[in-house]
Amino acid sequence: MGELKKEEKTIVTSSETTVRPGINDPRRQTGHLWKRVVKHKYIYLLALPSVIYFLVFKYAPMWGILLAFQDYSPFKGFLASEWVGFKHFETLFTHDMFWVLLRNTLGINLVNLIFFFPLPIVLALMLNEIKIEPVKRVIQSIVYLPHFLSMVIIVGFTYFFLSTDIGLVNKGLTAMGIEPVSFLTNPNYFWGLLTMQSIWKEVGWGTIIFLAAIAGVDQQLYEAAIVDGAGRFRRVWHITLPAIRSTIVILLIMRVGHMMDVGFEQVLLMLNPLVLPVGEVFDTYVYKQGILSGQTSYSIAVGLFKSIVGLVLVMLANRLAKKFGEEGLY
Amino acid sequence: MTLRKSLRASIPDAIIYTVLIAAALAMLFPFVYVIAVSFTDPAVYVTGDVILFPKQWSLDSYRYILSSNSFLYSFRSTVFITIVGTVLNLAFSMTFAYALTKKQLPGRGIMLSLVLFTFLFGAGLVPNFLLIRELGLLDSLWSLILPGLTNAWSIFVLKSFIQGLPESLEEAALIDGCNELKVFYRIILPLSLPALAAFGLFFAVGQWNTYFSAVMYIQDADKWPLQVLLQQLMVSQSAIGSAEVRETLEHTLPEETVKMAALVVVMVPILAVYPFLQKYFAKGVLLGSVKG
Repeated sequence: MGELKKEEKTIVTSSETTVRPGINDPRRQTGHLWKRVVKHKYIYLLALPSVIYFLVFKYAPMWGILLAFQDYSPFKGFLASEWVGFKHFETLFTHDMFWVLLRNTLGINLVNLIFFFPLPIVLALMLNEIKIEPVKRVIQSIVYLPHFLSMVIIVGFTYFFLSTDIGLVNKGLTAMGIEPVSFLTNPNYFWGLLTMQSIWKEVGWGTIIFLAAIAGVDQQLYEAAIVDGAGRFRRVWHITLPAIRSTIVILLIMRVGHMMDVGFEQVLLMLNPLVLPVGEVFDTYVYKQGILSGQTSYSIAVGLFKSIVGLVLVMLANRLAKKFGEEGLY
Repeated sequence: MTLRKSLRASIPDAIIYTVLIAAALAMLFPFVYVIAVSFTDPAVYVTGDVILFPKQWSLDSYRYILSSNSFLYSFRSTVFITIVGTVLNLAFSMTFAYALTKKQLPGRGIMLSLVLFTFLFGAGLVPNFLLIRELGLLDSLWSLILPGLTNAWSIFVLKSFIQGLPESLEEAALIDGCNELKVFYRIILPLSLPALAAFGLFFAVGQWNTYFSAVMYIQDADKWPLQVLLQQLMVSQSAIGSAEVRETLEHTLPEETVKMAALVVVMVPILAVYPFLQKYFAKGVLLGSVKG
């Protein structure tokens, strides 16, 4: 003990300014720290607005999560409302609705995964085969465009084509003497309809990341393959596809990590009473219960359940992605 | 033999071109159809077939929807949240991103985790709604701007962009006695303009497309952004145009041409900025894939 103190003293005396405190003295560290803080005072000034933003708009509402464990009444307020523990979660898990919500959420995602996910890859591979630059550019410009349109407009287009009253498709069917098909109100078509909209809106946009990965392939590989007599299909199969395999795997894992998320605006806009049994998902249910019916505590509990499952899935997906030797998303 | 060979080689090409051109046409068709119908004379439309090119042009549908104040008000709301929202988002994201590039900054780790956590977990729809209500922002257009002042994605992307700038410039300026504030607006900001332009455009499109937040936060129909108005018009057939204009039109307007005209009006600004957006595609998306 004494030896240590002695050592400290020697350090102090050996330093040029004797006022500077010892190395293990917290004052020394804060002094140092304070100096760095002062040095960067303008940086803090620049960061301040965003820090306040995050605290107010991202962290303050997290207190609201506590309401999930209360029987919150807006008249009594947060302090006077009764604490009820996990009551709302029990209500949710024993409610028939829970299984409906889970089935619809996973079902919509699964259909999307099977029918949407491979398409941008196929489209990117095909675009890459086009050697006439202007043609390629025109096609790209067209297929990227719908990405920027709002969901209201996408649903509007759907309505103009598929509704029974003014839909072009049904007008065509009627003209051919076929009974109109109620695409928008038949529960059997609902998941497929959502997937079709997603394809129309996002398939082009989805190719960008694959095209970038393809562009990164060493051209010499292709040249060598041509010398070896590999045909076109073999070049795609043995060079291009393996080159973008890790991109595909990562996107697939991340996609699975988001199995609890659905395009909320899209589902909400497409919902109608007839498709409710196959269309109601966690997000729309939370909105209706919480905002429209005033079931504040219950709806927050439902939302919290969904967020936590979603968080766990994303974290698992990220870990899995790292296992595949990729960087992961965070 | 060469003929056969070239024939064999061109078959896959033919298939690829056919499929891609068909896909592109399928993408394009809804636009052409809706625009064509919106410009078709209502009397002609009622009689049928006008699919790709109006037989008789008419602006009646447009005159009708633009005759009432609804569109004007909504247009004003949307322009406001788009311009103010975008400018503020760029300012908040850029300043914070720059701060986070300072490796020596005490508290940098805390600030980074502050952002990162919001990337993974949010309070949820109802708590966010309660916050907006508590702040007294219901029925205010600020409720469509303030919650999106910045976000984790913008911050991380801009941060990695700034980190990609040559450090020597910043060091030189600091040695010359510039303070960090000056370094920021004299050096970092001008060099980041291309990234900011790209970001601004993308964010502006998002603001223009704002729909659900407005459904939640804005009850006052006079403040509805365009997307909400369009949606209302789609579901309810209640007319938005003024009765007088309706009188002056020779024919009663079919629902379709009016709805389609409304959709076109809301869509046109996006189509107008599309060429600029396109310029930044690769940059925006690929920047997004760079880890923060």
